[in-house]
Amino acid sequence: MTQPVSPPRDSADKVPSTNEAPAWRSLVFRADVRTLSLLGVLAALIVIGGITKPDEFLDTRNLQLVLTQASVIGVVTVGMTFVITSGGIDLSVGAIVALASVWATTVATQEYGFAGILFTAVLVGVGCGLVNGLLIAYGGMVPFIATLAMLASARGLALQITDGRTQIVSVDGILDLGERDSYVLGVPPLVMVFAVVTIIGWLVLNRTTFGRRTVAVGGNAEAARLAGIDVRRQRLYLYLLSGLCCGIAAFLLIILSGSGQNTNGNLYELDAIAAAIIGGTLLSGGRGTITGSVLGVLIFTTITNIFALNNLQSDVQQIAKGAIIVAAVLVQRRTASTT
Amino acid sequence: MAPQPPLLSMSGITKSFPGVRALDGVDLEVQAGEVHCLLGQNGAGKSTLIKVLAGAHQPDTGAIRWRGEDVTLRSPIAAMRLGIATIYQELDLVEHLSVAENVHLGHEPTAAGFVVRGRAARASTAALLKRLGHPEIEPARLVGELSAAQQQIVSMARALSHDVRLIVMDEPSAALDPDEVDNLFRIVGDLTAEGVAVVYISHRLEEIRRIGDRVTVLKDGRAVAVGLPAKSTPTREVVALMTGRNVEYVFPDRPASAPGGTPVLEVEGLAREGEFEALDLRVRPGEIVGLAGLVGSGRSEILETIYGARKPTAGQVRVDGHALRPGSVRAAVRAGLGLAPEERKAQALLMLESVTRNVSVSSMSRFSRAGWIDRGAERGAARSATRELSLRPDNPDVPVRTLSGGNQQKAVLARWLLRGCRVLLLDEPTRGVDVGARAELYAVVRRLADEGLAVLLVSSEVPEVLGLADRVLVLREGRVVHTAPARDLDEHRVLDLVMEGSPAS
Repeated sequence: MTQPVSPPRDSADKVPSTNEAPAWRSLVFRADVRTLSLLGVLAALIVIGGITKPDEFLDTRNLQLVLTQASVIGVVTVGMTFVITSGGIDLSVGAIVALASVWATTVATQEYGFAGILFTAVLVGVGCGLVNGLLIAYGGMVPFIATLAMLASARGLALQITDGRTQIVSVDGILDLGERDSYVLGVPPLVMVFAVVTIIGWLVLNRTTFGRRTVAVGGNAEAARLAGIDVRRQRLYLYLLSGLCCGIAAFLLIILSGSGQNTNGNLYELDAIAAAIIGGTLLSGGRGTITGSVLGVLIFTTITNIFALNNLQSDVQQIAKGAIIVAAVLVQRRTASTT
Repeated sequence: MAPQPPLLSMSGITKSFPGVRALDGVDLEVQAGEVHCLLGQNGAGKSTLIKVLAGAHQPDTGAIRWRGEDVTLRSPIAAMRLGIATIYQELDLVEHLSVAENVHLGHEPTAAGFVVRGRAARASTAALLKRLGHPEIEPARLVGELSAAQQQIVSMARALSHDVRLIVMDEPSAALDPDEVDNLFRIVGDLTAEGVAVVYISHRLEEIRRIGDRVTVLKDGRAVAVGLPAKSTPTREVVALMTGRNVEYVFPDRPASAPGGTPVLEVEGLAREGEFEALDLRVRPGEIVGLAGLVGSGRSEILETIYGARKPTAGQVRVDGHALRPGSVRAAVRAGLGLAPEERKAQALLMLESVTRNVSVSSMSRFSRAGWIDRGAERGAARSATRELSLRPDNPDVPVRTLSGGNQQKAVLARWLLRGCRVLLLDEPTRGVDVGARAELYAVVRRLADEGLAVLLVSSEVPEVLGLADRVLVLREGRVVHTAPARDLDEHRVLDLVMEGSPAS
């Protein structure tokens, strides 16, 4: 009987020998090039911001604002990165954020205070993700269609709950978190949540079996299935995860705006997908990078901020965003074809 | 024969793909009005040759003369303009368009630049279908609603809607019932009577005898016989031409005594409607059992059904006497089955990932605690599994896509070795593996068997099955027609069985 191969005992095996160093290094180097180029773009933007509006852009308050704004969409993008890495797409994230934010801010929910709002936002997010996941993984629906349907329904339900009105939050614990007094060493709580979600996301994607399965399903779903991975269950979990991130983002948005609105999260799906793609996650699946996604979010948020400071309207911003997406993907295609 | 130039003459055609020389100086000459048969084993170069003829592949070297003039077939459209039509085995119809729209696809009748969807197209389609003996197919119906045989007729109508002088048919009878085959032969007869030439590819010798005029035999990318008389050349001679090899494979020795013990894998009455029937087989630890058969004989389907990737319509798979849940890959893997599938890149490998991750993907729980992967242990285990199989380069961090075909196959085997699997299902294990690396792979498989693995091997290359397996099941159209120890069979006998289907003696 063939015994399973046991890990080697002598430690020499784990030390890379000299003849394999080049290939190993080139892999790391290639990943670095991508990250470095994104960092380069971000640095260039900061220089541009610093030159055009030296006093306002580099002001601590402005940088805190940029990071705070990045936090909400950033948390959504982390979830989206997982879904895209698995070869899927989630078009419903913006609508889920809207639904979760209004459900969590109804008069009834607010009676339960801080915990009630947090719990409801997360639960609504996960619930929507569950529906998406079941439809896609077990109902055999195409992710694009299933989440498009969720987009429409969740937005509709959000409108029904609010009747178009803004639901003001009157729970002190929530509002306090948006105040400057709650900043720790100058870092807003929202940004800390974003940082924690990012770190956990990075670890899960790169260091756990869940992350491996995600990459395997996205890289080659048939191969993953034949290797004994439960592809359907993995897909279900991924949409749950995306919904969870939306729930957390909705909670952050409630803190940020002190209210819940059915128009919240408008076009978040496009921003999150765009950030993930320019970050280096493959839309076809099989490769995902949390670092890249977060840099993508920071790049977009910084652009928006610079444009706003320079009194350029959102139409110009949109055009610039579009151009950046095209440029980033073209550059990636070039590098992909040369490797 | 008249001194006029042949309709088509291809000479010295070569075509290489990375790692393979698919065509190595092939000549083919076709006269107007003849049925020219192309014979050869899988991988002999038939498909590549007809793709060159259809303009889908560009030859590396060689000349094509069409009605006495040199031509280059830059694209499928160029070939079509000359009057060369190809009917591929996988039909290339658009299911959501109507029959008439499919027939006229790419050359729609137009008026003032607009596509005319109306009566004219339907009428001409109806006329073509009538000529093909299938007036009952309505031109307005969607192709997706038709049977496979009817779709083939539509495909043929499309070929005939051009001004065609040469039709290439790639195994046209494979999907047809006997009476539909008769109709096909009638059509072929009509066409040749009108002076159209037909290049006919089939594995079935009896068909070639019935309708063929001349035969060209391909082997290992070369034409080993050009223009043999189809009706009078003895079967023995044709088979010998197809099988005579330049490359002698070296196969490892079989163990002196036949492996005993209780079978680890038992398959009983396994069937999938339309693919294979009531299959029984047993594989003991240390034994290599081979399934020999042509494309379409149900070989891959059998392996995938045993593995749970397809759901059987009847029958049972047992491992160590325990029945597996049908249609569940996970149950099969848990019970100790491992599959090295036919399409390695599409079905087994994660091409963007490293060797380590490809090897460890089925055993991740062994290197993880609460989902957290111990990457050192993972890498070490993957490395010792790949070392055991002498995978080159000896570095588990390289991307798996940079490996040669043989080493990619070893990565797949290492996956199951690491998992500790007990039954290995090998589907075309040496496809895309160059000749030099094959012997090594054969030795690896034999060694794994000697160490107690049960191996079920499927290959379209008969010598491979005969050389590697201990026991061979010969398949023809989803049925086992013969079972024997490999040493009691030879290649001619097996090819006779799979082609002529003569009952086991």
